[in-house]
Amino acid sequence: MDQHNGSNKKFGMVIDLDKCTGCGACMVACMAENNVPVREDETNKMLSLHWMRVYRLTNGKPFPQSEECFLPRPCQHCEGHHGHSPCVSVCPATATDYDMHTGIVSQIPTRCFGCRYCMAACPYHVRQFNWWDPVWPDGMERMLNPNVSVRMRGIVEKCSFCYHRYQIAKDKAYAEGRRELQEGEYQTACTQACPAGAILFGDLNNPKHAVARIAQPDPAREGKSRNPNAFRLLERLGTNPKIYYLSTREWVRKAGDTEVRKPEKA
Amino acid sequence: MDSALIPNGVKRCSIGQFAVWIAINGAILLWGVWALLLIYFKGLNQTNMTNAYGFALWIWADLAVIALGGGAFFTGLLRYIIGKDELKHIINYAVLIGFVCYSSALLILAIDVGQPLRAWFIFWHANVHSMLTEVAFCLTCYFGVLTIEYIPLILENRQLNRVPFFHHLAHNMHHIMALFAATGAFLSFFHQGSLGGVTGVLYGRPFGFRTGLLVWPWTFFLYTWSAAACGPCFTIFITRITEMATGKKLVKDNVIDLLAKIAGWMLATYMVAKIIDTWYWAAVTAPSMGFTLMDFYSNNPGSAYGIWILIAEILVCGVLPAVLLLMPSLRRNPSVLFAAVTLAVLGACLNRWVMVLQMQAAPVLSFEPWFTYFPSWQEVATTILPVAYGVILISLSYRYLPIFPQEPELNPIEGGK
Repeated sequence: MDQHNGSNKKFGMVIDLDKCTGCGACMVACMAENNVPVREDETNKMLSLHWMRVYRLTNGKPFPQSEECFLPRPCQHCEGHHGHSPCVSVCPATATDYDMHTGIVSQIPTRCFGCRYCMAACPYHVRQFNWWDPVWPDGMERMLNPNVSVRMRGIVEKCSFCYHRYQIAKDKAYAEGRRELQEGEYQTACTQACPAGAILFGDLNNPKHAVARIAQPDPAREGKSRNPNAFRLLERLGTNPKIYYLSTREWVRKAGDTEVRKPEKA
Repeated sequence: MDSALIPNGVKRCSIGQFAVWIAINGAILLWGVWALLLIYFKGLNQTNMTNAYGFALWIWADLAVIALGGGAFFTGLLRYIIGKDELKHIINYAVLIGFVCYSSALLILAIDVGQPLRAWFIFWHANVHSMLTEVAFCLTCYFGVLTIEYIPLILENRQLNRVPFFHHLAHNMHHIMALFAATGAFLSFFHQGSLGGVTGVLYGRPFGFRTGLLVWPWTFFLYTWSAAACGPCFTIFITRITEMATGKKLVKDNVIDLLAKIAGWMLATYMVAKIIDTWYWAAVTAPSMGFTLMDFYSNNPGSAYGIWILIAEILVCGVLPAVLLLMPSLRRNPSVLFAAVTLAVLGACLNRWVMVLQMQAAPVLSFEPWFTYFPSWQEVATTILPVAYGVILISLSYRYLPIFPQEPELNPIEGGK
């Protein structure tokens, strides 16, 4: 992939938590784009399929100091140490892969046999299991995205950074005789759906891309951000994720890492 | 009715009594099979597992029975390689218990995967970096070894042994059993260790993660060690249960005493290693990942995972049985011995429980809660299924095969063969 231009990409996100209103448009867009099924009863969120999930965080203080923050959580596409992401090396059937050319952690639904070891390995709970076969309400099957396979019962799935969009954008660029994509040509569904513009997506290795300019990843420290308002979830574990969160609020930044595990109490 | 099949020199209950016993266990087994069919046809939604609990009762049962089945490889190692000749009187039973444990483990694994028809992918698309791949290969190979070790025992059935070919085959297989014992010990070292590595390599899960030597986390070695310690304890435990059920003494005290003494030493040294590992994890590894020891043991619903569980595993089910087994005067008391091996077995089960269940229950993200889990009846039934299967196989083997070579001497039959 991209062997023609000789440069490796590292796709990632910057999510500004001070902008996120928790509207859930990113979740809906993700489900529609990636043919993620819903069930009649979705009360137990730990049985639901959400490639993108929005968490509600609070600072634990009483009114009027109480604050809350909404945190959208796609797959973190961890690089770990030299591509050793927590979930990839554990898969016994090579059904998941870390692509050194894009930095995307893939999932091959037809290879997965449902041992769920990757789910146990992922500290973010981004890997989710198809406990049921997908059932679409009458007529809705005609609305499915033809670029994404639907998945069957008994396998694990997760966010792919809308990888099919990358393939489509590359095909178009190659047909036009170009080798490089413009920043806007490959964007994830959640990024485009966010009405507040809280989600940015691009190549963290490309200094022209907004994500690289804002996240300012330090390659010498496994991508740790040089932006004082940026943090990555559970950075201390060494997962080296590619989702950078922004917040001017200290309690939010602390809630994201394990350095101080609990949000500030009153 | 079946007296021609019963080994010479021993007495068995009537066929009617035996049939009732098998029918009771068969009913339990069928209950498990019903649950299994529900799971196969309806999927893993029949369980109470969730996206937070991808591993649950089955994986615990799998790890536990493999640890307890470790008595087969370790007793084989002691008997055939190290030359503890007295253990020849219990090796048959150790092999049978191991066979039951490992076949159960394979059965549970076959139920556990979401797409059973793709289970062969683990061999075909093997990822050599995955601990589960190593487990799958070594487990399957070792089950083959256990089958080879069990076959001569079957061929020693009174009627089968009359067939010259079977007689000679069994005889010759016994002669080369040291080779299979060595192979079994080699394979067991790796799959027991890899099962420890399953959680030990999860650096995204600070409760289970351990540093280690090269590619092997310390849990790799601890699991092998604990299987070598608690496996023989399970062999003794089941032997005692069988003696209670049959009302007969089946193995001489000196044999049990030797195995108990060796298990005691293994358990004591394992506990030293386990305590060092726990201290290093609590003082160095977990803090380096932003966690304190008590983060893993507090604020969970109903204190299901309170610090009591660590104390129970290390002191009550580890140090205490090790001391009881190491003191000759204590371990020679049948009640104390039974208590000690029971505690050691519980300790191994508890260790596997926390490494599988607590590892996933403990929150890693600061804004997530502790996750709770209680198995569904289908999970319970399919976990009891292998127990019923084990009881049936052991009962059939005990009735028709010369499992206990010392039984005729310990239980002479007046005026009969």
